[in-house]
Amino acid sequence: MNILELLFRRPQKNSAQVAKERLQIIVSHERATNHTGRDFLPVLQQEIIDVIAKYFTGIDKNSVRVELQRMGSCSVLELNVALPEQNEETA
Amino acid sequence: MAAQIIVITSGKGGVGKTTSSASFATGLAMRGFKTVVIDFDVGLRNLDLVMGCERRVVYDLINVIHGEANLQQALIKDKRVENLFILAASQTRDKDALTQEGVERVLQELQREFDYIVCDSPAGIERGAIMALYFADTAIVVTNPEVSSVRDSDRILGILSSKSKRAESKQEPIREYLLVTRYSPARVARNEMLSVNDVVDILHIPLLGVIPESQAVLNASNNGIPVSLEKESDAGQAYLDVVARFLGENRPHRFITENKKGILGRIFGWANRDKVEDAV
Repeated sequence: MNILELLFRRPQKNSAQVAKERLQIIVSHERATNHTGRDFLPVLQQEIIDVIAKYFTGIDKNSVRVELQRMGSCSVLELNVALPEQNEETA
Repeated sequence: MAAQIIVITSGKGGVGKTTSSASFATGLAMRGFKTVVIDFDVGLRNLDLVMGCERRVVYDLINVIHGEANLQQALIKDKRVENLFILAASQTRDKDALTQEGVERVLQELQREFDYIVCDSPAGIERGAIMALYFADTAIVVTNPEVSSVRDSDRILGILSSKSKRAESKQEPIREYLLVTRYSPARVARNEMLSVNDVVDILHIPLLGVIPESQAVLNASNNGIPVSLEKESDAGQAYLDVVARFLGENRPHRFITENKKGILGRIFGWANRDKVEDAV
């Protein structure tokens, strides 16, 4: 290690903080898959449909697509909601 | 009322389940409750050593399950504390000898006689661990402030809420408590160790107590004495606090902040390192 590295070394993030962040990610991920023993995505999808149906009529199961993708350490939850045509126009 | 069944569990090995089982059961007995502590680690028994009764084991849990001995023959009465009994695990059989029906029968028989039944779980999530937790009313999850232990504790919480008898028969769920052991406030202060709040944040279960990393624990197990009998020691007092909280008393958490020593304390501190310096 040369003197420049010593002088300009970035302060290390403390390891307890790193441990906590890593644990929060892995534990929430494992809870989603192990704990309930069931796939939570269909339940999530149904609940989202129920909420949207409060505000828009004509929402059905096929209008909401839910996907969970894992990219390295983070997960991306992708929601696609196709809203029905305005009621006035369809009626 | 039937005795309450408490499992001491963790998933990960070496975090202090047996030490905690011995100290917790001893603490309950010291408060006058008739208590039995059972070793479920068939093939790798150690509770007898920690309790200091290894030379008195004649019959064990497996013998009772298989009808080779009755409970009265297998229960070892502690010589120091009234009301405290130990049921050892078999050292020669394997874990398949633990049948669910057998364990249930033994526990039912014990429930008629005792106030508390403390089950010392083996590490892992195999048969021995499942049998130790299956009939539990309460679980004490022993966790070290360290990543693998916290993750394994979370896994065990999942198993408690899905594979126990209470879960399978849709009864009220097992009551879950967190016991953080081998805690080093100085390392937490230096941000080198997860704090007790970090662990609670992740596991989301009520904190029953924090046991500091302490020379007293090793000393006690060397001598075959449950550390809760070492009333002068920090770890012993922490376990007695745990028992008091478990029984519903309100006791502030101790040993979770670093002792700031003065210069004299630093010089002479080594002399009574495992004694309590500021018992607040």
